[in-house]
Amino acid sequence: MRTLLSAFSLTALTVGFLTATSAQAQTVQISGAGATFAAPLLQRWFDAYNRTVDPTVQVSYQSVGSGAGLEQVINGTVDFGASEAPFSGARLESFRAKYRYEPLQLPMAGGSIEFAYNLPGIEDGELILKRKTYCGIVTGEITRWDDIRIKAENPRIANKLPPLDITWVHRSDGSGTTFVFTNHIRTVCPNWTAGAGTSVEWPVGIGAQGNEGVAATIKQEPGAIGYVNQSYAKLEKMATARLENKAGNIVEFSTEAATSALDAPIPDNFALLVPDPEGPNDYPIVGLFWVMLYREYPDQQKLTKLVEALKWTQGPEGQAITKELDYIPMPEAAIQRIFAELDAITVNPNAVR
Amino acid sequence: MTSAATGYGSPPNPDIDVDIEKKASLSRAVDVGFVRLTLALAGFAGIILIWVILQTTEAALLAIQQFGLGFLVTARWNPVENIYGVLPQIYGSLVTSLVALIFAIPLGIGTAIFLTEGFAPKWVTEPIGFAIELIVATPSVVLGLWGIFVLIPAVRPIFRAINQTLGWIPFLGGPAPRGPSLLIVAMVLGIMISPIIISITRSTFESLPRSLKEGALALGATRWETLLTVMIPAGLSGIVSSIMLALGRALGETMVAAMLSGNANRINISLMQPGSTITGLIASQFGEAGRLQVSALMYAGVVLMVLTLLVNIVAEIIIRKFQNLEQ
Repeated sequence: MRTLLSAFSLTALTVGFLTATSAQAQTVQISGAGATFAAPLLQRWFDAYNRTVDPTVQVSYQSVGSGAGLEQVINGTVDFGASEAPFSGARLESFRAKYRYEPLQLPMAGGSIEFAYNLPGIEDGELILKRKTYCGIVTGEITRWDDIRIKAENPRIANKLPPLDITWVHRSDGSGTTFVFTNHIRTVCPNWTAGAGTSVEWPVGIGAQGNEGVAATIKQEPGAIGYVNQSYAKLEKMATARLENKAGNIVEFSTEAATSALDAPIPDNFALLVPDPEGPNDYPIVGLFWVMLYREYPDQQKLTKLVEALKWTQGPEGQAITKELDYIPMPEAAIQRIFAELDAITVNPNAVR
Repeated sequence: MTSAATGYGSPPNPDIDVDIEKKASLSRAVDVGFVRLTLALAGFAGIILIWVILQTTEAALLAIQQFGLGFLVTARWNPVENIYGVLPQIYGSLVTSLVALIFAIPLGIGTAIFLTEGFAPKWVTEPIGFAIELIVATPSVVLGLWGIFVLIPAVRPIFRAINQTLGWIPFLGGPAPRGPSLLIVAMVLGIMISPIIISITRSTFESLPRSLKEGALALGATRWETLLTVMIPAGLSGIVSSIMLALGRALGETMVAAMLSGNANRINISLMQPGSTITGLIASQFGEAGRLQVSALMYAGVVLMVLTLLVNIVAEIIIRKFQNLEQ
């Protein structure tokens, strides 16, 4: 009796083990790394995909920063990368040298950046910043909130502008948010000399770590103003300024204004930068983030699953999440081209890694 | 033959004899093995240190070739044009650590004296000792958040008042203080490193022979005199080494510096203005750094290691001096 029982349990165990391994064999682990700005959206996307569409696909995304993400793509330690700045310079050369083809960079969504401020008595959207003014603030030419130039642009709140010093708050960590912001500032401000990059040499201000650090510093310092991702400004319920765009109109952030700003002809390598959108109602500070892929993958199954997941993010369910998190979805025409590029990726068992 | 052998008492039992030898050789093997093991472990620690230094220097080589020693005296950090120098960060690291010591030394030594000299009953000193250990266990990111959300709002009005009245002193001058500054970093660092001073100083006092204190008291010295002329001089080498350890810790602390310094790439003589430290710079820029920038950050890391090494050498010299004094 006892032997029978143990034999039975042994069989059960073996069967259990076998089913477990076969289930494990089906699970596809995909790893990605890169931009922190893209992290909330990518993680939400792949989590939803795993739960509602294909439970065998597990995508892990490490938000280590765009630069570190690109390095990992070059080193071949991840299946995809994400970045808010396209491949360029030494990294692009390293990638070409190692893989002997151009990196495949596909835009997945856009984001926008707002000026968030802390001015006692002045509510969200009440402050208007014209280009000359915010250029003056970031370069340090305008140092007081009761400056005549700010008052002149804000007749309705001119008497409420406090006699405070302007405290400019910027990111101290390297970030794609800073790249998008400085790319705009470089284009718009004639007196800006620090250029554009994921971290720049700021002429004035104090640096804080991450969107959350910038938000905390602004909230605590009356007279502070800084730049944060739109989704973050909304999450933290921060007061944000209305800005003058290239057409000379004063615009408030809205998803529509940002979407139309990004609706520009996308070049062949998808490296679309819109430092200063031209439409009359466009929101002025917008940028994309890209997913960096290889053109050859060694494993057919992994490639299929990755492509399926990425296509899903651009479908109706994926775009619903994009909008929910206040990112800007890609326009339909771009999506068709993205799908064509995804379909063109090939399987090569000897692909370089 | 056998009878002669028996003449010496009980015959030697060959079995026991072998056993003893075996045991002796076994325990000797264990001894030798243990010595070799500890040697290997010690060597391993040394090898890891050398390995880290070599790897960091290798990664920094690009920047070392490009910027040379000019890196140490350049006050620019421009990733766009790839111009790098760490003078403001060296200044920030040294100043925050030294000012942290100014906060931590009186706090640390005072607490250690209070805890060891029988000023209070055990039920008072024990919880305090426990609380001090908890400070050590607090993650620095938590202390950084505490700095942002509690300390900065609390001290800002005080800083502003000091700045208005004593602004003529260069260290306290500049425009009205905002939130993050080198002084805030130094204050939090002071809190972080004081437990090191407390615990080492405390055990130094505890390990001093009782006869020293009793002798002084027997000679008619007051408690003050005993403390200042006998206890503190006798424990000086321990106190100094605790301070140097704390200084090393302050130089290397990263999270607090990155969160509270304001990360401004400028040299402000005034402590109430934002600045930055080497550790804060490395931590905040590493993720998004370009190739040469990574190399420059590694170079900054090498600079910090050399700086810490110099501090340790100076500490060693000072401690030896004091030890000679004691003898």
